[in-house]
Amino acid sequence: MNDLSITEPATKIAVRNLHFYYGGGKPALKNINLSLGANQVTAFIGPSGCGKSTLLRVLNRMYDLYPNQRAEGEVLLDGENILSPKQDLNLLRARIGMVFQKPTPFPMTIYENIAFCIRLYEKLPKSELDGRVEKALRSAALWDEVKDKLNVSGLSLSGGQQQRLCIARTVAIKPEVILFDEPCSALDPISTAKIEELIDELSESYTIAIVTHNMQQAARVSDMTAFMYLGELIEFNETTKMFTSPAQQRTQDYITGRFG
Amino acid sequence: MNPLYARRRRKSAIAMMLCVGATVFGLTWLVLILATLFWNGLAGFTLDVFTQMTPPPNAQDGGLLNAIVGSLILTGLGIAVGAPIGVLAGTFMAEYGRYSKLTSIIRFINDILLSAPSIIIGLFVYGAVVVPMGGFSGLAGAIALAVIALPVVVRTTEDMLLLVPIQLREAAAALGMPRSYVIKRVTWQAARTGLVTGLLLAVARISGETAPLLFTALSNQFWSVDLLKTMANLPVTINNFINNPDPNWKRLAWSGALIITMAVLALNILARSLSARSQSK
Repeated sequence: MNDLSITEPATKIAVRNLHFYYGGGKPALKNINLSLGANQVTAFIGPSGCGKSTLLRVLNRMYDLYPNQRAEGEVLLDGENILSPKQDLNLLRARIGMVFQKPTPFPMTIYENIAFCIRLYEKLPKSELDGRVEKALRSAALWDEVKDKLNVSGLSLSGGQQQRLCIARTVAIKPEVILFDEPCSALDPISTAKIEELIDELSESYTIAIVTHNMQQAARVSDMTAFMYLGELIEFNETTKMFTSPAQQRTQDYITGRFG
Repeated sequence: MNPLYARRRRKSAIAMMLCVGATVFGLTWLVLILATLFWNGLAGFTLDVFTQMTPPPNAQDGGLLNAIVGSLILTGLGIAVGAPIGVLAGTFMAEYGRYSKLTSIIRFINDILLSAPSIIIGLFVYGAVVVPMGGFSGLAGAIALAVIALPVVVRTTEDMLLLVPIQLREAAAALGMPRSYVIKRVTWQAARTGLVTGLLLAVARISGETAPLLFTALSNQFWSVDLLKTMANLPVTINNFINNPDPNWKRLAWSGALIITMAVLALNILARSLSARSQSK
């Protein structure tokens, strides 16, 4: 495993000796150590079942929704261990947003999908709220497509638009980190290109982690890439190095398509 | 033709004939019942049914106004008590207690309650309310109906909430939304039509119940909306009138049966169209 001290940008999230269990028995994640640099895009690749989504779901403690799932070790967000039982989960998730594989607009209007999330944290006058909704939709590159139909249901949008609505919703509450869990796997190539462009723009203001099955996507959008296999972190390096001269044989086999 | 294939085709044809036969058999009785109901119900149907009180024996006129109003009050009150408890209990089972042992125990008991003969529930309320209060009352009737509506609402609420994709809850939780908000603004909204359908089906179920009312609300020949006294209602009135040789009473019993059937039919159609609309979305 690589020494992580080579990462130059400030560390936003540091994962230390992380083990994760879906119940009794074998761990789904084994002794993971890595750091996510501030304002960097970190991609997680690896074959299905390797634990990359599991790792992402530890970072905002999404696993806490389910009984019997538990994590051991430390995940430090700005130096504070978020796995501590004292951590307030709602406040944590306000700081670490997440976009899922399947678009999940709420059963309400486009405007409400975003305004509702802002109102969870801030009490704003209507005009200011309108501005915030517009800003969120603009930053998700959706404003021009929906500005004339803010009062129709979010479910009426296309898949790609729904996914951008979910990104807008996540951005609207001003998180520090955004986790993307295969955000494009349900989308067509054009929508995928839009989302990738968006991730690139968002990385200026946010720390981003993205799980993807698509290695070209990892190569296109990320600064750092982590390759995982069977619950272990095999290699973690700068994306350019990872895809040109991987240090590990297994990494090379995977990215050249020999297995996975 | 390949003999194996030919035999399979013959078997398939026989199986289909049996299925069609069974369906036709079942439907025939339903059509016969409805036809009898319409034939007899419409024969003596006048506007007086909706405007006049239940008549004494051997009268020529009269209607069912007090019974209709009584039924509306009892059903309305029964749902008003049973629905909120049922929706909250179903919500607990699908949301907060989804993985808890308690939920499977509640579900098991609820299923027993769901299939319990309604006369048992009538007897229970008779012992629990009518005897201590010293007499039959509309209140006791409404309580009995609430107890019957409760398991229906619990079941449909839980089922409908379980249909809401888990990803929607995760997405809401990922925004740091407190559990109560996730339920109120996201899962209830997503399951809204299903929840309303469940309530309508519960209304349909209790509006035709007779046995539990026999022991609780009894019936009343006169106009009364006092919840502490006996209260007229359609099912018991039908039961009393149809068993009497008086032709006028028999006529009104048929009219009452037609009214209940039509109301239940309307509720079912409404419930169907609501759930069909939510599925096509």
